[in-house]
This record gives sequence, structure tokens and C-alpha cells, in this order.
Amino acid sequence: MMGSIRLPLHDPLAVIGLGIYLFFIFMAVFAPYIATHDPNEILFTSEFALAADLTPGTEGYILGTTTLGRDIFSQIVWGARSALLIGLTAAFMVALIGSIVGIVAGYFGGWVDTVLMRLADVAFGIPFLPFVIVLAAFLEPSIWNVVIAMALVLWRDTGRVIRSQTLTLRNRVYVEAARVSGSSDLKIILRHIAPNVLPLSFLYGSIAIGWAILTEASISFLGFGDPDSISWGYMLQDAFASQALSKGSYYWFVPPGFLIILIVSAGFFISRGYEQILFPKLDR
Amino acid sequence: MTEPLLSLKDLSIAYKVGAHDTIAVEGATFDVQPGSIVGLVGESGCGKTTLARSLTRVLAANARIAGGEAVFCGQDIVALSERAMNGLRWREIAFIPQSAMNSLDPVYTVGSQLAEVLTRRGGMARAAARKRSEELFEWVGIETNRLGDYPHQFSGGMRQRVAIALALALDPKLIIADEPVTALDVIVQRQILDQLRELKERLGISVILVTHDISVVAYVCDRVVVMYAGRVVETGPMAATLTAPAHPYTMGLRNAFPDLAGAAGELTPIEGSPPDLANPPAGCRFAPRCPFAEARCRTDAPELLPYEGDHLAACHRIAEAEALRARAVASETWEIPA
Amino acid sequence: MRDTQDPPLIKLEAAELHFPVGGILAQLQGRSTVVKAVDGVTFELHRGESVGLLGESGCGKTSTGRMLVRLDKATGGRVEFDGEDISALSGDALKRFRSRVQLIFQNPFEALNPRFTIRDVLAEPLENARIPKAEHEDRILRAMALVKLGDATQFMDRYPHQLSGGQLQRIVMARALILEPEFVVADEPVSMLDVSVRAGVLNVFRDVRAKTGITAIYISHDLALVRYVCERTIVMYLGRIVEDGPTEDIVANPLHPYTQALVAAVPVPHPDQSHEPLPIGRGAPDPRNPPSGCTFRDRCPRAFDRCAVEAPGPTRIQNRIVHCHLHAPET
Ligand SMILES: Nc1ncnc2c1ncn2[C@@H]1O[C@H](COP(=O)(O)OP(=O)(O)OP(=O)(O)O)[C@@H](O)[C@H]1O
Ligand SMILES: Nc1ncnc2c1ncn2[C@@H]1O[C@H](COP(=O)(O)OP(=O)(O)OP(=O)(O)O)[C@@H](O)[C@H]1O
Ligand code: SF4
Ligand code: SF4
Ligand SMILES: [Mg+2]
Ligand SMILES: [Mg+2]
Repeated sequence: MMGSIRLPLHDPLAVIGLGIYLFFIFMAVFAPYIATHDPNEILFTSEFALAADLTPGTEGYILGTTTLGRDIFSQIVWGARSALLIGLTAAFMVALIGSIVGIVAGYFGGWVDTVLMRLADVAFGIPFLPFVIVLAAFLEPSIWNVVIAMALVLWRDTGRVIRSQTLTLRNRVYVEAARVSGSSDLKIILRHIAPNVLPLSFLYGSIAIGWAILTEASISFLGFGDPDSISWGYMLQDAFASQALSKGSYYWFVPPGFLIILIVSAGFFISRGYEQILFPKLDR
Repeated sequence: MTEPLLSLKDLSIAYKVGAHDTIAVEGATFDVQPGSIVGLVGESGCGKTTLARSLTRVLAANARIAGGEAVFCGQDIVALSERAMNGLRWREIAFIPQSAMNSLDPVYTVGSQLAEVLTRRGGMARAAARKRSEELFEWVGIETNRLGDYPHQFSGGMRQRVAIALALALDPKLIIADEPVTALDVIVQRQILDQLRELKERLGISVILVTHDISVVAYVCDRVVVMYAGRVVETGPMAATLTAPAHPYTMGLRNAFPDLAGAAGELTPIEGSPPDLANPPAGCRFAPRCPFAEARCRTDAPELLPYEGDHLAACHRIAEAEALRARAVASETWEIPA
Repeated sequence: MRDTQDPPLIKLEAAELHFPVGGILAQLQGRSTVVKAVDGVTFELHRGESVGLLGESGCGKTSTGRMLVRLDKATGGRVEFDGEDISALSGDALKRFRSRVQLIFQNPFEALNPRFTIRDVLAEPLENARIPKAEHEDRILRAMALVKLGDATQFMDRYPHQLSGGQLQRIVMARALILEPEFVVADEPVSMLDVSVRAGVLNVFRDVRAKTGITAIYISHDLALVRYVCERTIVMYLGRIVEDGPTEDIVANPLHPYTQALVAAVPVPHPDQSHEPLPIGRGAPDPRNPPSGCTFRDRCPRAFDRCAVEAPGPTRIQNRIVHCHLHAPET
């Protein structure tokens, strides 16, 4: 039964994706040791002037500083923390809610199914980004609200897919055999259905990681982000607002942009690996 | 005896799996006379489909004909160019694939699928094709007004008949039918078999009927070819082969079938299972399951030799066949393979 | 049909299993909107009896079997097991029923969860019946011995795909028998198996019956197989019973025209046999649109006027029951 929870190690791209994640996890966990400065601290040069817009390498600022005199490298390192926190919790919530809804709807059918699937329709009707922005603005701009908003909307895809998978599993002969053997619904779900839908949950979970990080970045970029936590999206917004582009401070906005692309792609590489576990024929 | 319609000599077919060759059919030798039904019997995996398909040269991508010849009306199918082979397919040799009833295209009516074959392959005009379709449906016993129906509107047995009509479309001399009745219940099975017999008698068509059921063979076939693990182990006239089999495997098969006409006796299975073709045993391949195996059976492969007239068997103890038959009837004989 | 003194273990009274088909369109067009998979079936089974359920594809054999083990609930009539109406069972009573009644599935290749080892498969019913873990090993070995899986320990930790069809079907049987049920329905247990292994599985079925005295229903379309394992046979056509009686009598002298065709259709494995055309009309029965009166009349070679207007009721002839006007007393 553990087979369904294995990592997609057979696929080279997925392994690269996992490697990238490992790298970011390392960065996030050891952020306090890797970062050279406090990312929020306003720094001064040895001449006691504001350390604004320093180019990489000057005075030991690896990637230079922002217009307000903050260390870009340290921001990048701490940014990995919020990116992973957002990505992984959102993925977990999406996979969890979607799987539970999908399995319950598919297995029990009838009015339970109808109610849950109408709810999914409602969730499908919600425009994603505006909803997150409104929610984040309504409550307070915090990364947790982004995660909650994502979970409230994105479970719908997972839920639908897992439901249809459950529908086909429910009528498998061996599931009927389990019923004739006297297995309870809960036991059938846990032992015969869940192991077969878990890889699908992981697939949708790993897709959600990328979505979550992108969403947080866009929201922060639009200025609705959490002002107290440094994220790559926030960095982009800061850079943009400070006219980094026209000043040609590539060292400021290229690294966070690149890392967003990198982590999002890594998520998709991993999901591709799960897809191959699920649908081996895609190989060819 | 007349010139055979099809004559196989030492035909071998191999599948490439990884770096290795699996010989799925090895040295198959038998004849098909014009206007006769030949039953090709054997357990699942013994190579029946592989052999049948090789005769139309529509084989899996990793398969190749490894040797031997198959002479059909004077030309060797093995050596024929793809172009010439294409000319033979359907026109001379028609193939009804295993589970043909599920292979009809669900989006076209059966009539248009028939018309397609008749006009495209047979070069007929629309009107002539229409007439021919009606004739074909009459032959296989389906009302002609159902030509406009889609496959899903037919029962399994009727779809099987449609598949037969498709095979008959261009008046072939030989039909190869791969398990045409296996999935059907007894009544439909009987009706399809009657159909094949009638076609043989009316049109003089020959049929190679692939099956694993010797009752089906007993009902329609003129001759039998028994295969075991890729080799032909016995071949002969149907009645002689079934009443007085010369190969222990055929003797075992006979015990494993219930007989409604006789008393309700015992059924005796052949214990064990066929060998892995990727790694077959030396000597006689049936030896691990044969109650009569001797030392030489495990080292030397027996050749297909005459038993009586054109009844052949590949067994070292062919001379003792009568005595072995007497012992084979007792179920104790089969209990523990020697 | 014997021991009529004893109360029957199974009792069906005009049992029905109707499936809704088609949508609103079919309703608007006034087409029939149910398939009567089982349509008023009545019979009793006594303890220790083994009965064959015989008939063409689609005649409702599987549906009857599923109804008997309550995989489907009867939509009409009554299905009783040991005096209780099984449609009403729920909770603990249903759990108890599940341990007393079992189904052997037709396709062994689909009946086992591919992720379970053979040990897991056989332990599942034991867990459900709250058998202490310490006894599992012993019970599993006993069940595997019952179905003649010789060296059981060799199979225990394998996965289904590592077993042959014959071995798989024995595992399916072992699972059905491990709780020592009183009643088992076997749905064409050998139809997916290669002929050379069929005999082995049929023999196991016979031995199990001799050893345990289990009451059994054996579903098949082949009378030769039914005859091998059942002393009584019930013949069905389009959801209804047409004939019910001792198997040997039915083989020797089928009374209902449909049974006559079924008996004549069974191929025999030797050359001397009749090639007479079957005494039955061509075409398959259409369960959505059965003919009026006797549902067999459109294929019956002996149909007459009365058959179109009146459905034949049961007529008792010695130890047989036949549903056909030819055998009905004049009214
Ligand atoms: N494409 C393939 N590649 C490798 N091996 C194959 C391939 N197709 C068939 N085989 C093997 O060749 C052998 C013969 O297969 P074949 O399908 O001819 O058997 P069969 O007698 O028709 O069996 P059945 O009664 O199950 O249809 C089997 O062992 C099978 O596993
Ligand atoms: N769930 C269902 N919904 C609708 N119709 C059904 C359903 N199950 C069975 N039927 C129909 O009920 C009829 C009886 O089916 P059943 O499976 O009981 O037949 P059977 O005698 O077991 O046939 P076979 O020999 O092919 O297994 C058929 O016409 C079938 O199409
Ligand atoms: S050759 Fe030997 S092993 Fe093979 S069938 Fe004959 S007696 Fe048996
Ligand atoms: S009742 Fe009439 S139609 Fe039905 S089986 Fe008897 S004779 Fe045939
Ligand atoms: Mg085949
Ligand atoms: Mg069925």
C-alpha cells in the first residue's frame, strides 16, 4: 500500500524538480545562517551613508542593496521560507480538502454527491485572483489568508477529478467483493479507494504549489501582500515601485523573478512525474 | 488427395522481448485442404493467435517470422512482398480477430463498414456493394433492414455475425477465425458454428478455427491441430484424433471436458501449467506435466511423426499410444505428474 | 425440493429486480423505462442443496445472484434468508448476514485488489468478523487447503498478478469460504479460465460441498458444467423461471421448449453428435421490450394463440415445475 506514496524517482525531470525543492528547503531551514544580514534592516555604508542601490559585491553585499538600503541576497534567502510555507501548506490543504470531498461524493453518491458537486460548481464560478485579493483585503494582508483563500477555491479541481476516479473504483469487482466480505464503508474507503487516488491528490497538490507561489507573488506585486514578511513577490513589487527597471538594477528584480520561475517549474516537473505513475502510457 | 489450399512447413515466429527472442511458434507444419474446417486448439498462450495472425502477416511490431514457409495457392506467404500480400488479404485470406465483436467501429453503421470494404478493397460500385451487403447479411442470418444500425444496437452474437459477414465480403478462399465463439453463450455459439459449417458447404470456403474448446472442434472441424507451448504436438482427422488421441496432452484435454451426452463422470485436470516460452524446458515441452514422461523426454525433443495415415503426433512413446490411452482414462494417472 | 419438512434456507417470493434505463427522452416517447432483470422469481432452497441457475446471456442470472447476497436490493417481492427478509437488514444484522452468505465472482482477474497480497485478501473477511489476529494464519492456511492450493505458504505473500487464473479463482473461493458461510453463490466461476484448469476448479467446488455441506447456487449458461456440480437446475429466460427440477431429469428430458434448445446447444467433446438445427428462433431476447404473454414466444417453435395473450404460470409435473402452456392443464 505504500506504493502510492512513493516519490517519482523514475523520471529524470521529476528528480531535478525534487532536487530544486531540496535546495529551497535547505535555504529556508537555514535562512538565519545563510543570510548575511537581517532582510528588513536598513543598512549603512562604512561612510555611514544609507547603503542604497549598491551594486552586487560592493561592501560584501552579495547581490547589492535596495533603494531603501536592504540586503537583496538576504531577502532572497528569507523569501524561500515564505514561498515554501505558502506553497506547501496550500498544496496540502488543496489535496486534503479535494480528496475528502471527491472520495465522499464519489463513494456515497446520491444527495451527498449532488450537494458537494454543486458546491464545486460554485467554487468554479469564483474568479480566482480577485477572490484572493478581496479576501486578503477583508481579513488582513497576511500570507495565511492567501493560503486559506487558495484552499477555498482550488479544492474544486482536485475534488472533481478524485470524484470521477472514485466513481470508477467504487464499482470495481474487488470493491464489491470487499463489501460482500462485510467490510464497512470506512474500511473500503481507507483500504481500497484511498490508496488508488492518493497519487492523483499528489499530482494536484504539486500543481497547487506552483499556483500558490505565483498567486502570492502576484498579490504582493499588486501591493496586497503581507508587509511584514519578505517574499519574492514583495521584492518584485518593491523593485518595481522603486523604478529598479529604469535604473537598470537587474540584480534586484532578476533573482526573485528567476527563483519564482524555478520553483514553479520544479513543482510542475514533480507533478509530471506523478502523472507518469498514474498514466504510464504518457511515457511514449 | 487434392492439392492443399495452404501448406505450412516448419513455420516459426519469434517475439523480441528486450534483447531476447521468445519463440512463440516453433516449426509448425500442417495442411489445410480446400473446403475444410481445421481446428487449432491449445491452452492460453500456446501460440494460436500468433500463428493465425502470421498467415495474414499482420503481426505485432516486435514479431517476425523466424523461418519456414506457408504456401497458399502456390505462393509462399512468408516470402511475398508487402504489396502482393496486401492483394491477398481480405480477397483471398480473411481474418476475424479475437473478440472481433468488439472491434467494429462504433461510430459507423455496420452497413457503411461493409460498404467501405466492398468499394475500397473490392473496387465495387455503390449499388453493387449495397446488393452484396444484403446478400452477406442473409448468409449470416441477420435481417437486411439492420444494415443501417450501429454496432451497439446488436447483441454480442450478432456483432460476431457481422464480423463474419465482413470477412466473407470479398469471397475469400480461406477464413481465419480467432476464437469466434469463446465469449458467447451456448445457443449463440451453436448458431455461429452452424453458420460456418453452412458457409463451408455452400461456398466451399476453408476455415482455420482457433479455439481452446475441443467440443467446438468436435462439432465443426474436419481436422485438428493441437498445439502445446508453441509446438504442434498432434494433428489429424478430427474423429480419429478425438477418439484415439496419440499424444498424452490431447488425452489429458479429453478428460478435462464435461460431456453432456455421457454419464456424469469425473473431470480430471492436467495439473501444472505450460512452460514459460521465454525459457522453455529441453526435450518434450509437455514432460513436466506428462504422466508418461521418461528420461529421454527431458532431453530430446520428439518429432512430429505419423501415427496412423495422416494422423501425426510428436511423442516418444507414440508406438505405445493405445496402452497410454487406456491408462489416461483413469484420473489417478493424472494426479501427480511423474 | 427435498426435505420439504425443514424450513427453507433461501426463499424467493415473486422477487423482482428492475433497473431504470433511458432518460426523459425514452419516457416522452413512451418507451418502457425499466429493464426487468429479475421479474417475479419464486423458488426455495433447502440446506445442503446445490442448484444451477441456467440461461442465456442477459437472462438475469447475475442479477438474481447479486440480489441473493444483497449487493442489489430487490425492488419487489421478497427475498428471505433463514426466515428473515434480507431487504430489511441493516447494521449488525447485515454484518452477521455478510458472514453467512458469500459470492464467488466471475472474473478472478478483477476480483482481487492488485495492491493486496494474498494474505491481505484472505485476512479481510476475518478482520471484519472480528476473528482474533492470532487465529488468522491458521484460518488462512485451512481455507487455502480447502481449495487445494497445495503449498499455501508459497502464495501467501504474493500479489494477484503473480498467480495464474486457476490459482486466482481458488483464492477467490478461499476468500468466500474462509468464514465458513452457510450459503454461497458462484457466478460462472470458470468461464474466464482456461479449459485445462477448469476441471480443477470445478472439482474443488464439488469437494468443498461434500466436506462442508454448504448450500450453493452455481450460475452458468452451460448445462454440462451445471450438471457436474448441481443436482437441481433452475432455467431462466428474460428474468423469469421457465423450468425447475432435478438436473439429470432436465438433461434427459427437458420439458420447456427453451430448455430443449439449451440442452441441444451444448457441444459435446466427441465426434458423434447431432447437427440438427436448434429448435429456437434466431435473434436475441430484448429485455427492454419483451413480447406479451409468454416472453419466449417470438423464438418458440411451438408457440400457439394462447401464448400471445397469457403468461404461462407454474405447472407441477412430478418433481418438476414448468412454465409453459403446452404443459398447463386446459383451462
Ligand atoms: N507482442 C508480443 N510480444 C512478446 N510476446 C508475445 C507478444 N504477443 C504474444 N506473446 C507471447 O507469445 C505467446 C503466444 O501468444 P498467443 O497470443 O499467440 O497465444 P494464444 O494461444 O492465442 O493464447 P490465448 O488463448 O490466450 O489467446 C504467449 O506466451 C504470449 O505471452
Ligand atoms: N445495473 C444495471 N442497470 C441496468 N440494467 C442492468 C443492470 N444490471 C443488469 N442489467 C440488465 O439486466 C439484464 C440481466 O442482466 P444479468 O447481468 O443479470 O444477466 P446474466 O444472466 O448474468 O447474463 P450474462 O450471462 O451475460 O452474465 C440484462 O439485460 C442487463 O443488461
Ligand atoms: S514425449 Fe514423453 S513427455 Fe512428451 S508427451 Fe510423449 S511421453 Fe509425455
Ligand atoms: S408458453 Fe407457448 S410460447 Fe411459451 S414456451 Fe410454451 S409453447 Fe412456447
Ligand atoms: Mg489468442
Ligand atoms: Mg452474469
